[in-house]
Parts: sequence; structure tokens; C-alpha cells
Amino acid sequence: MSSHGEAFASLPVAPKPALRRFHQARWDEQIVFELSRPGRRGIGVPAPDAPLVELPAGVGRSTPPALPELSQNQVVRHYLRLSQETLGADLNIDVGQGTCTMKYSPKVNDTFVRDPRIAELHPLQPEDSVQGVLEIYWRLEQILKEISGMARVSLQPGAGSAAIYANLSMIRAYHAARGEAGQRDQVITTMFSHPSNAACAKVAGYEVITLLPDADGYPDLDALRAAVGPRTAALLITNPEDTGIFNPRIREFVELVHAAGGLACYDQANANGILGITRARDAGFDLCHFNLHKTFSTPHACGGPAAGACGVSEALVPFLPGPLVDREGESYTLNSPTGSVGKIRPFLGVTPNVVRAYAWVMALGAEGLREVAETAVLNNNYLMHKVLRIPGASVPWADKRRVEQVRYSWQELAEETGVHSEEIGIRAADFGVHYWTSHHPYVVPEPFTLEPTESYSREDLDEYAAILAQVAAEARENPEFVRNAPYNQTVHRIDATSLDDPAQWSPTWRAYCRKHRQ
Amino acid sequence: MIIGLVVNPVAGLGGPVALKGSDGAETQARALALGSVPRAATRAAATLTALHARRPELRVRTVAGPMGEDSAIAAGVPYEIRHRPPPVTGAADTRSAVAALGGVDLLLFAGGDGTARDVLDAGPTGAVLGVPAGVKVYSGCFAISPFAAGTIAAGFDGTTLDAEVVDLDEDAYRAGRVGARLYGTLRVPAARARLSGRKTGSSSAAPGSVESIARAVVAAMLPGTAYALGPGATTLAVGRELGLELSPLGVDVVRDGALLASDVTEQTLLTLAMSQVTHAILSVLGGQGFVLGRGNQQFSPRVLDRLAGITVLATQQKLAALGGRPLLVDSGDAATDAALSGTVRVVTGHRESVVYRIQSASEDL
Repeated sequence: MSSHGEAFASLPVAPKPALRRFHQARWDEQIVFELSRPGRRGIGVPAPDAPLVELPAGVGRSTPPALPELSQNQVVRHYLRLSQETLGADLNIDVGQGTCTMKYSPKVNDTFVRDPRIAELHPLQPEDSVQGVLEIYWRLEQILKEISGMARVSLQPGAGSAAIYANLSMIRAYHAARGEAGQRDQVITTMFSHPSNAACAKVAGYEVITLLPDADGYPDLDALRAAVGPRTAALLITNPEDTGIFNPRIREFVELVHAAGGLACYDQANANGILGITRARDAGFDLCHFNLHKTFSTPHACGGPAAGACGVSEALVPFLPGPLVDREGESYTLNSPTGSVGKIRPFLGVTPNVVRAYAWVMALGAEGLREVAETAVLNNNYLMHKVLRIPGASVPWADKRRVEQVRYSWQELAEETGVHSEEIGIRAADFGVHYWTSHHPYVVPEPFTLEPTESYSREDLDEYAAILAQVAAEARENPEFVRNAPYNQTVHRIDATSLDDPAQWSPTWRAYCRKHRQ
Repeated sequence: MIIGLVVNPVAGLGGPVALKGSDGAETQARALALGSVPRAATRAAATLTALHARRPELRVRTVAGPMGEDSAIAAGVPYEIRHRPPPVTGAADTRSAVAALGGVDLLLFAGGDGTARDVLDAGPTGAVLGVPAGVKVYSGCFAISPFAAGTIAAGFDGTTLDAEVVDLDEDAYRAGRVGARLYGTLRVPAARARLSGRKTGSSSAAPGSVESIARAVVAAMLPGTAYALGPGATTLAVGRELGLELSPLGVDVVRDGALLASDVTEQTLLTLAMSQVTHAILSVLGGQGFVLGRGNQQFSPRVLDRLAGITVLATQQKLAALGGRPLLVDSGDAATDAALSGTVRVVTGHRESVVYRIQSASEDL
């Protein structure tokens, strides 16, 4: 050993803390536009090697675009600093994102999306010049057909509410084609299905009937019997629901709705734990959708580029959103079904996420998909076992098994200490982990929803549970200490009122200048 | 096991005649003059009948006359008298009776929130359980029905929990102000599913839902139909939507957007329902789930028989807070309650509803 090594070995070291030490970086980083200086360049754009084309008058801009002007290393530093000022997905254990399913998106898949053959596509290119991309669409559709059991799948809609709205549009078109659109004006959903189901049905003009859970935590089957009838357009249901409970009598639900002439639509927002194990069509569903960002490892939506996959039975194929990709011999063509409800998103939808999802599925294979679900369920139940050992934590309908997520409650802790779930979440952030506070509908008291997915190791889950246990213990010993958190963040508390005030928020630089810099 | 029974004979007198309570001799006399019939003894007898069916060997220690003895006789239950009150009784007699019964394992008392306060003041040594016989019954120390009180008593094994007794200023209440505060707690048998739970208000987190419900109700109102609006914050919002000031805790009748009658009695409501198409609009009692029988005794069985329909209102949060327990009806008539049982469509907003179970409070849970 070198003399340097010996010297280091004899140095005193601080004892390793029980929990990871964390402190958010603070950079007071300016907005990228504020960093701009005239004339700075990151890259020198090469001269075009194709002849210049005369553009029609009126197409060109009258003034140059107001892009920020920075050197390349300024751009790199800027975004690295910003990433250090947040609990970014790559930095923290974000099992507390709850029903939003934050699973790991392999970095390698982004290399495919950055490939110029994908990144430089133009949505108006002729079909014969985008055959490779169309083949990816076609292949992913075949895979999703196999996973869902459905006759066809459209990758055109956005995910989440956009996919639910696409499903509702098809439901309406189906009933209209049978002359029953006016009569069938009710949609049935359940309390713990994703709230977007009820919201989208209202936006689509339907009357919404909600089923509450019965004493066992399952949607009330007797209530469904009373709710269905000639006015029923569809049942929109999530399974497992956001409680994490899987309804084993789902086929009975579907059959009751079918007997009344309605359609059964499966919101598979929580499909991560049933992938490759159950199929929507096998339970009798007429429509379903996957959120590629939740189940197929693409970036999360939150207003960003999410992609949905709407699958339907044979009877609903004519109404699918278009365009769909058909294979004719060795080539691929874009077609819209005869009675299509049209486009839900521009052009082909979100191509990068279709490519990412295809890469993810191909890397795993059929067995790998099932292993994802099994691991997600195992992780979830392991974490539940750990969390329920924390005094003050509980779970409604405790004797029901959970799939890939659980909606827990801190009610006992709150009654004992006066510390609320949201305050626990803020304090947990001081340990560098994420704990989301959206648990709509707020019917479980002091809720918190954890979903570890297949992405996290046993050590990660142990660390997360230990952090929750630490915060719960702090709440007992010194409630004010928890209430006054955070201590390790860049800002103490955000004034949340600004989030609801259009006069204050600024989604763009231009809006910021208009509202705050005049 | 020794069971004690104290009945407040005048409890519930004020409900059907729109007096919203029965506290005070003057109110009681007025209620009787308006035609109200005492019912506390009958409800206590129903409890003893349910108890006796399960535990025929039990003997009841009680008070002479309408404060307990009459109920024991009606139920055919063996009893012993430990106290003889004067012919006209008041709150002090409830306190004396509780003290006179001595150390019982479980004290049953029939009455309302005022009776519960008197029982608490008397300092009972054992467990206590209320038989709901008052007008409102907001306290959490009551069983959900006389029948449930009997089954709880029969199965009582000594395990108890704390239940809240609510203090309500009835004069303020009659003036439309609910000013409940915690008066104290009683130890009640640990039978949470059969206890009524403390009344909770509409969620302040969801005021929009109440307004949305009100708009839905008004949009569905038919011309020429009378709508009898029960008490509660949700029905009050319907009045606001109509531009009418309703009595917050009474029953008002509207037709074609105008107030037809305000703070009506059971008799007025019956006369109205017999002469024209009348529809009831009722809200759910938060925390307890009662739709009928708490604070709205004007909707008596004979009124309910004459109604063209019933619309039930509640926010989703209020229904979800019931934790899976059904909505309850306690009209005082078993056949009426049975006819209303099953499922009910509860309006939760504009073009939004929940299908929910509803059953007689006397049906075993």
C-alpha cells in the first residue's frame, strides 16, 4: 500500500448516519433567457449542402426568433444546476408518486429517439419515406393487441384523460351508429377509478353515476345492478383501483353492463401489476387503454409528451382514432377507419414515446413483461409490510391483498400528533425522497399512496420505509419540528396560491415578461 | 348483567310539529297542544323487545310509569322499580332516576341530546347507551335505532369506547343556528357499526359540490309540482339557488320557484301532499347517514305514503365518509322503512349521482 493510502486509512471519519444525508443544492439560477448574451453561440451550424429553396411570401418570419444565445457549456451547467434544485426522477426514490407510476425509463431508449432517423422526421413526410417508423407503430400495435386481447389498438391518442376521452368518443360513435346515442346518456364509474374517468365523461356530455366501495373495499355490485339500464352508455372502470385492490368479480361487472346494452371500458392506468397476467378482452371489455408513460416506461405526462394506446374489440374497430398503420405485403400505409372519431392528437401522435415503448417491450420479451408485473407486486407488498409496521400508519380494508400500489392512511398519527400527511411528505423531502400528495378523491383520511413499481431494489424500499418511520417518530417527539419542515430545500415553502392564479403564473418567458417585467 | 332503563317521556315531542326539539315544559305543552304524540316509551319498548328476544333471562331495573315501567310492560320484560318520580317530570328527574338506579352494568336511556346531557350530569358509573327518541340526536352515544340498542345490549361484554355528548342550544337551533359543542363523553358499548356516530357538517372543502347539487335539483324541478325541502345545509343551498330564504332546520315547501309554505308541521305537510303532487328533497345527516327520522320527523309514514317521490342529496365526500355503512331510514314504521330500503340514487352534483345502499335503521347491520 502506498504511503498516501496508509495516511488516509488512519484519518478519523464521521460515523455513517442511519439515513442518507441530503441537502438540496441552491444556485439561484437565472432563467435561460436571462443568461443570454448577444452573439454567443453553442455550435456553429454548417452551411447547407442542398440548394436553397425560395419560400413562398408570407411563410418566413418578419423578425428572427428570440432564442437565448449561450455557449454550449453554459447550457450544460444551466440544466445540471436546475436538476440539482429539484427532486428529479433520476435523483430520488420516487415511490411516493402514488398512482402516477414513476418507473425507470432506460436511458438507452433515448438514444433511439435521438437518432436523426427519428428526431428529424417531419410529420408531413410521404409514407414511403417513413416506412421504418410505420413498421415500429405496426409492430407495437401487434404486441399491445396480444397483451390486451383486443382486435386493434390505436397509438394516435395522448395518454390519460386524452385516451379516456378517445374511448368516450368511440362509445358515443358506437351508440350513434346503432341509433341509441340520444338514449344512452349515462356513464357509470367507481369512486376509486381514476378521477379522469368521471371528469372526461362529464366533458363528453354524459351524466355520471358513481359506485362507492362496499364494506370490503370493492365497487358495490348491488349498486351497479341498480344503476345499469337503457340509459347506460358505458362502464368506465379501473382495476386494480387506486386503492391497490383488484376486483376479482370484474367479469360480473362487465356482463351486467353488456346485458343492459352498454359498453365496458377498462382504464388500465394501473396496469403495471397485471401486465402479461390478465387481459382486458378476456374479462369481456370492449375498450381499454394503456398509458405508455405508466406501463411501458416512457416519460410521464404532466402536460408533456404522453402517449396512449386505445384498444378495442372487433365491433369498435370502425370508430378508432386515426390514422392507423396497416401492413400491405412488405410496406406500411396510413389509414383511418371508416367511422373514425378522427384525430385526438396531431399527425401520428407522440412518435418518440411509441419508439421508447417499443424498445422497452422488445428488450424484455413476453416473459420479461410478466416478470415486471410480478416484481412490481412483490415490491409493493414488501413495502406495505414495512410501512404497516410504522406506528400510526394504516390501510383501509386491511385484509384485502394489493396489487402494485396501496393507498395508506396516517389518520392514527394525525389524531395523536396533529401532524398531517402533507406535512409528513414535506419533511420526507428533507431526506431526498419524493412523496406526492395527490390522492383524489380525498376520502381516505390523511392519505398517502405509494407505488414502488419493479424499478426499485430492496435496499431502496428499506431506505424509503426507514425515512417514513423516522418522520413518524419525529412527529411524535416534536410535532412542530415536522410542521416547520423543510430544512434541507432550496426554498422553505412555496406560495401555492400562485399556482391557481393566472395573473401570477408564467408558463412562457414571453408571459413572464408581459406579467412581471413591464 | 344488570340493565337499567330510564325514559324521557317527552323526548321527540317537538319533531313532527316543527319545534325542532322538546327542551322545556313550555315547548312540551305546545307540542302536545299541536297534536304531537309521545313516542319515547314506545321506542324504549322496541329496544327491550329486541333485548328480551336474545337474553330472556335478563331483568331490567327501571323507573315507575312512563319513565321506564310502561316500556317494560309493553315489551313483556321482567323488571324491578327503583325510583318513583312525580307525575310531571323534567330534566332533574332524569338525573335523579339515573342516580336511583345505582350501579348497573349497562344503562339504557331513551331520549335525545338533552337527555344524554342529563344522564352525563348524573355521573353514571357503568356503561351507557342511548335509545334514539329525540328530534335530532346529534350525539354519538346513541344506537342507530331502538332495535340496534337492544342487540347491542344483548351482546354487551363489558368492552366500551368513548362517545361524544353534544350540547346544542335549542333556542338558537329554532332560530336557525346550529351551535353544537362538545359537552362531554360517555362510555358506550364498543359496537361502532351499530352506533349512530356524531353528526358532522357538510365538508367545507367542497362548497362547490353543494352548489352543484343545488343547481341539479333546481334544473330537475317540474312546473306545478310542490317540493318539500328537508332541513340541512345542502337543501338550504337549493333555496339559495332559487333565490329563496328557507328555514335552515325546518321543512319548507316550494312550487314553481316560489315559497309555498315555511317551516311546516307534519299535519300541514300531509294536507299538502293529499291535495297536490308533492316531492320530498332530503339531505343525508353527515357522519350518521340518516335520511329520515333525525330532525325531519315531519316526514312521517303517512306523509311518505302520499309523496310522489323522494330525492336524496349528499356530497360524494359525505357518502364516502360513511366508510361503507348504508344510508338509514327510521320513520317509526317498519313497513315504511322496509319499502324505502334497497338502493337509492343520491344526487351528488349537476348530472352526477351515486347509487348507494339504504336500509331501515332497525335492520341488523
